[in-house]
Amino acid sequence: MSETLKPTPTGHQILDHERVADQAQGNVARFEQHLTPGQRIHRFLHSNPTAAPVMVLLLAIATFTLIVGERFLHPFNLSLVLQQVTIIGILGVAQTLIILTAGIDLSVGAIMVLSTVVMGRFAVEFGMPPMFALLAGFAVGALAGAINGALVTRLKLPPFIVTLGTWNIFFALNLWYSKSETIRSQEIEAVAPLLQWAGQTIELFGARLSYGSLMMIGLFILIWYALNWTSWGRHVYATGDDPDAARLAGIRTDRILLSVYIVAGVICALAAWALIGRIGSVSPQAGYTANLDSITAVVIGGTSLFGGRGSIYGTLIGALVVGIFRNGLALSGVDVLWQEFTVGMLIIVAVGIDQWIRKVSS
Amino acid sequence: MDKKGVIMNRYDQTPVLQARGLVKRYGRVTAIDDTDFDLYAGEILAVIGDNGAGKSSLIKALSGAVSPDAGEIFVDGKPTTFNNPLDARSQGIETVYQNLAVSPALNIADNLYLGREIRKPGILGSVFRMLDKKKMHEAARHKMSDLGLLTIQNIGQTVETLSGGQRQGVAVARSAMFGSRVVIMDEPTAALGVKESRRVLGLIRQVRDKGLPVVLISHNMPHVFEVADRIHIHRLGKRIAVISPKTHSMSDAVAIMTGAMDPNQPGSLQD
Repeated sequence: MSETLKPTPTGHQILDHERVADQAQGNVARFEQHLTPGQRIHRFLHSNPTAAPVMVLLLAIATFTLIVGERFLHPFNLSLVLQQVTIIGILGVAQTLIILTAGIDLSVGAIMVLSTVVMGRFAVEFGMPPMFALLAGFAVGALAGAINGALVTRLKLPPFIVTLGTWNIFFALNLWYSKSETIRSQEIEAVAPLLQWAGQTIELFGARLSYGSLMMIGLFILIWYALNWTSWGRHVYATGDDPDAARLAGIRTDRILLSVYIVAGVICALAAWALIGRIGSVSPQAGYTANLDSITAVVIGGTSLFGGRGSIYGTLIGALVVGIFRNGLALSGVDVLWQEFTVGMLIIVAVGIDQWIRKVSS
Repeated sequence: MDKKGVIMNRYDQTPVLQARGLVKRYGRVTAIDDTDFDLYAGEILAVIGDNGAGKSSLIKALSGAVSPDAGEIFVDGKPTTFNNPLDARSQGIETVYQNLAVSPALNIADNLYLGREIRKPGILGSVFRMLDKKKMHEAARHKMSDLGLLTIQNIGQTVETLSGGQRQGVAVARSAMFGSRVVIMDEPTAALGVKESRRVLGLIRQVRDKGLPVVLISHNMPHVFEVADRIHIHRLGKRIAVISPKTHSMSDAVAIMTGAMDPNQPGSLQD
C-alpha cells in the first residue's frame, strides 16, 4: 500500500490514482433533456404542488357552470359557497399547521364545540361581559391545544392516538358542561350579540359576504405570512420534513410542535366564534363531522400527510373544491349521498396524486 | 518522541477544544470509555477508529448532540457543558453530520440559514418578524460560489433535487459560514464519488487555511493521510494514540487502530 504514496512538496501525501481526478472534465454527469409528457407534468407538479387542486377547482367551476347555468356563477351563490366553507376553512388552517409537522389532529371539531359552549354559557348563564366570554372561549381553545401538544412532545405519543383520545374527552366534557342543552339564538342575541357578530353580512356587488368569511380569509393571509416569512414558519416545515435534521440544525422541535398545537387550539376557538355566528345558537351536537372535513380540505389542497410539504393556500383551495362540489351537485339536483361519494373520490385521487408527486423521479 | 509514546501534545498551547475523561454509556454499552481529546488552532485533526470504536459518540459529545455521563469539555481552556447542538454552535463549533442533516423539502438558502435566519431591519423585522429572504439568498449564493460549489443553477431549488455531493456541499458551506472556532466533519466523503471527494478535501483545507481548526472523522485512510496534520486513533471507546502522518504509515495506523500493534512501540511492524 505504501508504494502508491508519494510525498508532495507540502509534506502531504496523495494517491496518484486520485490526483488524476483533479484534471477531470468539469461536467460530472449529463441529464437527458427529452422528457415524456408524463414526466413534464410530474416535474411541474413537483415544483407546484398546489397546481393540481387549482385545476380541479377551475374544472369543477366550468363543469357546474355548464350543467347548472348562470345561477351557479352568480356572486350570490359563490358567496354562499364561501359562507358554507368558512368553518371548515378555519379549522383547515389549524389542521394544515398540524399536518405540516407530520401530525394529525382529530380533535379540532371537539375543541371548537367546547369553545362555543364555554362562550355561550359564560355569556348567557353567568351573565359575563360578552368580550370576557369570548376570551374565555379562546383560552379554552389554547388550553386544549396545549394539552394535545404536551402529550405529543412530553410523552412522545403519536399525534393520531393523542387526538383520538382527546377528541372523545373534549366531546364528553362539552356534553357534561353544556348538560347536553342548546343555548338558543334569541338568548344569545339578547345578552351577547358580539358572539353572533361573525354571522352578519355585508353586500358587495350582489355577493353577500359574512364577517366570518372575511375572518377566514384574514386568517389564511396571516398564517400564510407566518409560514413563509418568519423563522417560525420555516421551522414548522423543517420539523415536519425531517425532525432529526431540524434538531441537529439547532431547532427546538418540541417547542415548535407545542407552539403549533397551541396555535391550532386558538384557531379552533376562532372557528367556534364563526360557528356561533353561522348557526346563531350554541349546540353541543354541532360540528360533529368537522374533524374529518378539515382533514379532507387539507388533503385535497395538496398538503402531504407525511409532513413538511404543502401550503396554506392549498387548504383554502381544497375547502373551496369541496364546497363547490357540494353546492354544484345540490343545484344540479343530485342526492346528498352522491355528494359524499364525490368527496370520497376526491380524497383518494388527491392522495394518489400526492404519492405520485413525491417520487422525485417518475 | 517523548516517553508518553505517540501522544504529541503541544504543551505551550491551549487546545481550542479539549476533553478529559469523557464517558457515555447506553444501557450496558459503553460508547465512550474515559477518553481524552485535544484539538489545537490551525490544524486538521483526523479521528480514525474501527467500526463501533465510538468515534461518532465522541463527536456527538463534542458537538452537543449527546451529553456525556462524566468528564469535562474545555473550549479555549474554559470548562463548558453542551446541553444541545445549539450550545455548541453558540460557542462557534459547527458540525457536518454523517447522515447529512439537511431538510430535503427546504431550499438551499433556507437550509444554510436554518435555525439562524436573518430578519429584515427595522419594524418589519422586530415587530412583524419578517425574514430578509433577499439578503439570505445573496449571501448563500456568494458563499456557495466562494467554495466553488455553485454548479447549482438556482439557490432557491429544494435540496432533494441535488446530488449527494451537492448536498454535502450545502452542509459544508453551512459549517464554514457559521463556524467561528471549530468545524467538525463526520465522514464527509463517505457518500461521495472520487471527484466530489477531492472537492470536499479541498474545502477542508480551505477551511483550515482560513484559520479554523477542523476535526475530520473518516474511514478513508488515503484521505486522512492526505489532509490531516495529526491523527487521533480511537479504539474501544478511548483515545489510544495520536500520530503524525509524517512519521507513521497507513499500515501503522491501521495496525494501532485494530490492536495489531502497541502504539508505544511504533515501527515494530515496519521491518
